[in-house]
Amino acid sequence: MTAASREDARRHVVVVGAGPAGLAAAAAALAAGARVTLVDAAERPGGQYHRTLAEEFGGPHDGGSPFARLRRRVLGHPRCTWRAETSVWALERPDPEQPGPPLVHTLTGPADGNGRRRRVLTPDALVLAPGAHDRVLPFPGWDLPGVYAAGAAQALVKGERLVIGDAVLLAGTGPFLLPVAASLLAAGAGLREVLEANPAATVARGWARRPWELTAQPGKAAELARYATLLARHRVPYRTGRTVIEARGEGRVEEAVTARLRPDWSVVPGTERTVAVDALCVGHGFSPQLELPLAAGCTLLRTPAGPAGEFVAVDGDQLTSVPGVYAAGEITGIAGAPAARTEGALAGWLAAGGEPAAPALRRVRRNRDRGRAFAARLAAAHPVGAAWPGWLRSETVICRCEETDYGALCRAAADEAGAAPRVTKLATRAGLGPCQARICGPIVAELTTRLRGAPPGGPAEGLPSAAPHRRPLAQPIRLGELARTPDAPDTGTTDPSDPTDPSHPSEPTDSKESTA
Amino acid sequence: MRSMNGTRVVVIGAGIVGAACARELALTGGFQVTVVDRGGAAEATTAHGEGNVLVSDKGPGPELRLAQLSRRLWPETLAAVAARSPRAADVVRAVEWDPKGGIVVATTEAGAAELTRFAAAQRAAGVRAEPLDAAALAAAEPHLTRDHAAALHYPEDAQVQPAAAAAALLGDALAHGATLRTGCEVRGARTRGGRLTAVRTTEGDLAADLVINAAGPWSGRLAARLGAPVDVRPRRGDILVTAPLPPTVFHKVYDADYVGAVGSSAEDLQTSAVVEATRGGSVLLGSSRRRTGFDDRLRPDVLSALAAKALRLFPGLAGVAVMRAYGGFRPYVPDHLPVIGADPRLPGLWHASGHEGAGIGLSLGTARLLRDLVCGAEPEIDPAPFRVDRPAVLGASATAPSEESA
Repeated sequence: MTAASREDARRHVVVVGAGPAGLAAAAAALAAGARVTLVDAAERPGGQYHRTLAEEFGGPHDGGSPFARLRRRVLGHPRCTWRAETSVWALERPDPEQPGPPLVHTLTGPADGNGRRRRVLTPDALVLAPGAHDRVLPFPGWDLPGVYAAGAAQALVKGERLVIGDAVLLAGTGPFLLPVAASLLAAGAGLREVLEANPAATVARGWARRPWELTAQPGKAAELARYATLLARHRVPYRTGRTVIEARGEGRVEEAVTARLRPDWSVVPGTERTVAVDALCVGHGFSPQLELPLAAGCTLLRTPAGPAGEFVAVDGDQLTSVPGVYAAGEITGIAGAPAARTEGALAGWLAAGGEPAAPALRRVRRNRDRGRAFAARLAAAHPVGAAWPGWLRSETVICRCEETDYGALCRAAADEAGAAPRVTKLATRAGLGPCQARICGPIVAELTTRLRGAPPGGPAEGLPSAAPHRRPLAQPIRLGELARTPDAPDTGTTDPSDPTDPSHPSEPTDSKESTA
Repeated sequence: MRSMNGTRVVVIGAGIVGAACARELALTGGFQVTVVDRGGAAEATTAHGEGNVLVSDKGPGPELRLAQLSRRLWPETLAAVAARSPRAADVVRAVEWDPKGGIVVATTEAGAAELTRFAAAQRAAGVRAEPLDAAALAAAEPHLTRDHAAALHYPEDAQVQPAAAAAALLGDALAHGATLRTGCEVRGARTRGGRLTAVRTTEGDLAADLVINAAGPWSGRLAARLGAPVDVRPRRGDILVTAPLPPTVFHKVYDADYVGAVGSSAEDLQTSAVVEATRGGSVLLGSSRRRTGFDDRLRPDVLSALAAKALRLFPGLAGVAVMRAYGGFRPYVPDHLPVIGADPRLPGLWHASGHEGAGIGLSLGTARLLRDLVCGAEPEIDPAPFRVDRPAVLGASATAPSEESA
């Protein structure tokens, strides 16, 4: 067997997303002997998590962190093809008679540049790890300048050293508010208070459920204690059961109206308070990026709570409903980077054809299960209350691209003949703008369902259901790029000089790594 | 006209054709109209097309006559709906009726000769088709390629936002006493003495004196369930949508190839450039036709072909981002004519289907024709070419065993 044909015989694993889950998947797949193509829209690996945290712990050139070692190991591996600044714009599903992973259509080059290269990847297995983005529930005035998504605010203070404001309010729900608060304080912003919308009882009950599980997450408890100390030192109050229900200002935010909330997030009348602010940061958890799993044909799992109640359904091996397609990280449930890493390691190893009974996997699976339990705990402690639409007014903008307001959604829902989701979308234009419903889609779907009841029946044969995350074109592509023939199919073959013997898998985790 | 007092009508399919038929019968009086759809109203084929109201792509013959009737009915129907109430006027505004006119461009000398002949025949049939010289074309569409052999302007061509159009027609039907049942799937027929007396649905039986099959690309399957199969099949079309642009395309502009592709019966992919702007500023780029059953998988090669064809007409769009792609299934009949009329095999069953990619435009004429036939009135155009018992409709499927007949 020649070296080249031996390379061709290796499994080709394509990993989409180079955040914690994707990097771990790539490392594990390489360890299992596969050829790996790792693609990410960013210039450098790390995803949302390391974009910020790598800097917090010493900046991007910190060569000694576990993340830096992992990154070097994966990117420098002879069997790994790293495609930076590469977006997946389409997944092409195979014939239903021959189920398997889709072809992966990519574009490489700066998003605003001309002439990105089109490639088609032909994976033997696909690991989807696209992550999640900030979720912000709309409220009156949320579209005023000076109102930031919490994650965007964090990126601004860290990436661009911007001091968001001197009188800043941070509101929403979830433990992610704490690192955002820390970043704001570190940048010198004047943080006035942190508001957790859920009442203390909900938070405590959620975290205290099955307390024996928490012993598996000692790092989390220490982290929380650290943040609590930080807030206390800066005399920033952390209040529960209160949130921002309105932002006001002429041309930019000048004051925020906060109010006490019941457990279902309905406003307790008479508890409204007006606070002068020059910036407002809001975060209500995260929305998984589901367009690629949907394009691949993966079944989603509906969880009862709120507008982000959909995730990719996976089995114990991180395998989705589509043969050869694995999912890892926040798209299977919001659980943070450590959980994403273990899911990625498991998915990458198995996608590469690694031995499912490998002893090292036992620990990975155990950690993965703990990660899932943590996700469930997180969701229970920081739910989105069902009564949040009570904040909305008729003129509150819901879709910012098309400036569709809540009143337009209400009118569309009241029109019996035009109430089908797709018809409503075309009529109100909510979700038709440049962001293609990435921001408002799940919220519009939730509001429409509340106003109208669940959409009737299933979709007609051949037509997809009106999923808010469905975007057959996963990313915009220029007409000129689309018209060009793609480069010849890329099977991920690299220089066939790799000495690794795939019959001896190494443990698919970071733990055995020596510093390179 | 016969008296129709108390005639119970079930219209199956709440797309544009079902909506138009329901409205026409509800306004006629004497009918109790129920529209049923297994999904939501207007969300399938109707919401996945471009909203064409065209005469330009049809040669002389029955379909052109139906298109001309429909084209006349569109503005007067929308005006009548809008006059009902201020809310209805809002609904009609959302229809975005735009008589923008079509421009057909031939890019080859052979194509130019064919287009010129085609237009002459259309003019003889009463279509306005005006040759444009290079200067007039450049004035009408400044961004269009100068590299063309002939161009014709069809001022009668128009565009609507199709889902809103269906909602407006259906809403008017409901305002005139019709009822709508969504999420209600028809499973089969109940007959007595060889006559259709009710449809069996997931929500129980619906008694009916008349049942109208307006299920678009699913009407072949539905007809089989009712025991009277017709050969209506799905043919898929895909459309690209660009990010919003400043005004760039002012008419519906298409390649003369389109006429050939519409008339073709090939299974494989046919593409031709059809380019037009919407009121939101996006440009829609079509069109493709392929027969793949109800397979909705995205085909990047089809999208590439659409992009390449569109750029031949508008090379300046190369840097424009495509935000979205969507596709729909068009009800296809092998002889490319709609099926409109009573089914002689099963009294009580009527069909209004098989419009392929022209159903939005043809819906109003179809509904008017159907109403006249139901009421025994003299139709404005000859209904015979659309009759159900013609070989193309009963051909293959009439003899094939049906796996789903009731």
